[in-house]
Amino acid sequence: MSDARLSVFKTYKLYVGGKFPRSESGRVYEVTDSKGRWLANAPQSSRKDARDAVVAARKAFGGWSGATAYNRGQVLYRVAEMLEGRREQFTREVAEAEGLSKGRAAAQVDAAIDRWVWYAGWTDKIAQLVGGGNPVAGPYFNLSSPEPTGVVTVLAPQDSSFLGLVSVLAPVIATGNTAVVVASERAPLPALSLSEVLATSDVPGGVVNVLSGRTAEIAAPLAAHQDVNAIDLAGADEALAKELEIAAADNLKRVLRPQPVDDWSADPGTDRLTPFLETKTVWHPTGSLGAGGSSY
Amino acid sequence: MPRVTDEHPGVYSRYARRYARLVTMPTAPTAPALGDVTASDSTLRRFLHGLPGVDPVGLEARAASLGTRSIKTTAKAYAIDLAISMVDLTTLEGADTPGKVRALGVKAVHPDPTDRATPATAAVCVYPDMVAVAKEAVAGSTVKVASVATAFPAGRAALGVKLADVRDAVAAGADEIDMVIDRGAFLAGRYLKVYEEIVAVKEACGSSARLKVIFETGELSTYDNIRRASWLGMLAGADFIKTSTGKVAVNATPANTLLMLEAVRDFRAQTGVQVGVKPAGGIRTTKDALKFLVLVNETAGTDWLDNHWFRFGASSLLNDLLMQRQKLATGRYSGPDYVTVD
Repeated sequence: MSDARLSVFKTYKLYVGGKFPRSESGRVYEVTDSKGRWLANAPQSSRKDARDAVVAARKAFGGWSGATAYNRGQVLYRVAEMLEGRREQFTREVAEAEGLSKGRAAAQVDAAIDRWVWYAGWTDKIAQLVGGGNPVAGPYFNLSSPEPTGVVTVLAPQDSSFLGLVSVLAPVIATGNTAVVVASERAPLPALSLSEVLATSDVPGGVVNVLSGRTAEIAAPLAAHQDVNAIDLAGADEALAKELEIAAADNLKRVLRPQPVDDWSADPGTDRLTPFLETKTVWHPTGSLGAGGSSY
Repeated sequence: MPRVTDEHPGVYSRYARRYARLVTMPTAPTAPALGDVTASDSTLRRFLHGLPGVDPVGLEARAASLGTRSIKTTAKAYAIDLAISMVDLTTLEGADTPGKVRALGVKAVHPDPTDRATPATAAVCVYPDMVAVAKEAVAGSTVKVASVATAFPAGRAALGVKLADVRDAVAAGADEIDMVIDRGAFLAGRYLKVYEEIVAVKEACGSSARLKVIFETGELSTYDNIRRASWLGMLAGADFIKTSTGKVAVNATPANTLLMLEAVRDFRAQTGVQVGVKPAGGIRTTKDALKFLVLVNETAGTDWLDNHWFRFGASSLLNDLLMQRQKLATGRYSGPDYVTVD
């Protein structure tokens, strides 16, 4: 017997409702590195996988949006902790997927981990930033608070397979939405591996659902889906983005058009936290202030 | 693993094909005149225990293989409309209010207000004290009012109480009565008691109400018992045989429904009397409902593909059927925001 070990190939699977199913269609497609060498087969999702993912995301929405912001922050921080332990794996996968040197890939992974920490901190602070008491001309205490939009479809950026993905996904779930993510078509493996991290870091099943496959094929039914509340078109090219925005108009989905991003590692600020928030404003009567001498 | 296709049948369909003849062969002894079997407890027991035993593996394999049929496009649209027309829209909660029953009645008449082409459901199914309210809510439509009775769901009451329950519901205008059998007596082997109770309830229904007999298959333990209960119910004059109350852990399954479909098919072959079947409880998705329709078509035949002879006892199933119907009509996946919350 030779000493050489048999190599253990990894079967990449989808992540839907906290489980790791194969595509309902049974299809896979070949994923290659930047030089065209075969890396693995990734599941090629169908519209029915997309439908199942939306059902899972809808089911998870009540619990996740109802969790305290503080608790969501802890969960997101836990994701960063888990990623830290698998830095080597992600560095390798990002290097292969994007043709980066080991050092540059490691920098991308570090930036992605830091991004989880960044958004973990923002979960219970964004409400102060975009909500608060409003001065109104009447005997009312008037209060606005941001609430999550609902089920958000996220088309992950095509070029930055990991840092880009985390940069668009983390703010969506930080604010209490649940997400159906369509991974980068050419480089889906880091996204599929991220789902293993999410599954082991207290993120409830269904909060994040990851689909791989042909972006245009999966995105079309998601954009038209009546039970999806918003769509982030980061990973769509111009023609596809237009088509999806038209489909999304049918039930008035919130649409975030593709934003030009030169450098995903730049400071993200809070811009990506706000598109998928709805402002709820409460008018609370404070009694007859006029009678008490107040002059409105 | 190879995909299951016609060229490469999976193990279940191969098995099912080999044993299909055995599983689906007529299950009643042909000779004895059925009039005599209810003469006494011992003749009834002899008859029911003389029914051929059920092959559970074959039965489940056949039900599973029939569940793999692919129903698409126009056939799917037809099946969804048929399934909607077969729904007994049910609310059997302690918290039922007249308002909830009225809302249910309106939904039964117009399941999808955004599409008036949607067929009405077959019936609404309520507790006896809500029959009058339900009757008013569906007045002027084809929707029937069914009422559970006979101390539903446990059936643990004296015969007099059960019959009063039935008469009350019939007097309030119920078109259909869903009774439960005395499972305790059945499991103790006192078949004639169960038989006489069904006969008495049938009499209390009079000519105005159809009688559905619920066996609570989840409590009968074995397939043999389900087959015996089916024959017992049909001999006693049931218009429908129904799987379950929806109140226990195991409700309608494809296998026990298949078994009951075989029973009604064989009963008609022998006596000329057609009896309906109603699986109830646990059927929540369109996919499940279509599987049951395939069972009906392949077992009992197209005569049963009508809401006079086949019903679904369900509440959440209707919403899924409506969402699938909207999907077929628009090409877009629908969501729970577009159907009523019951």
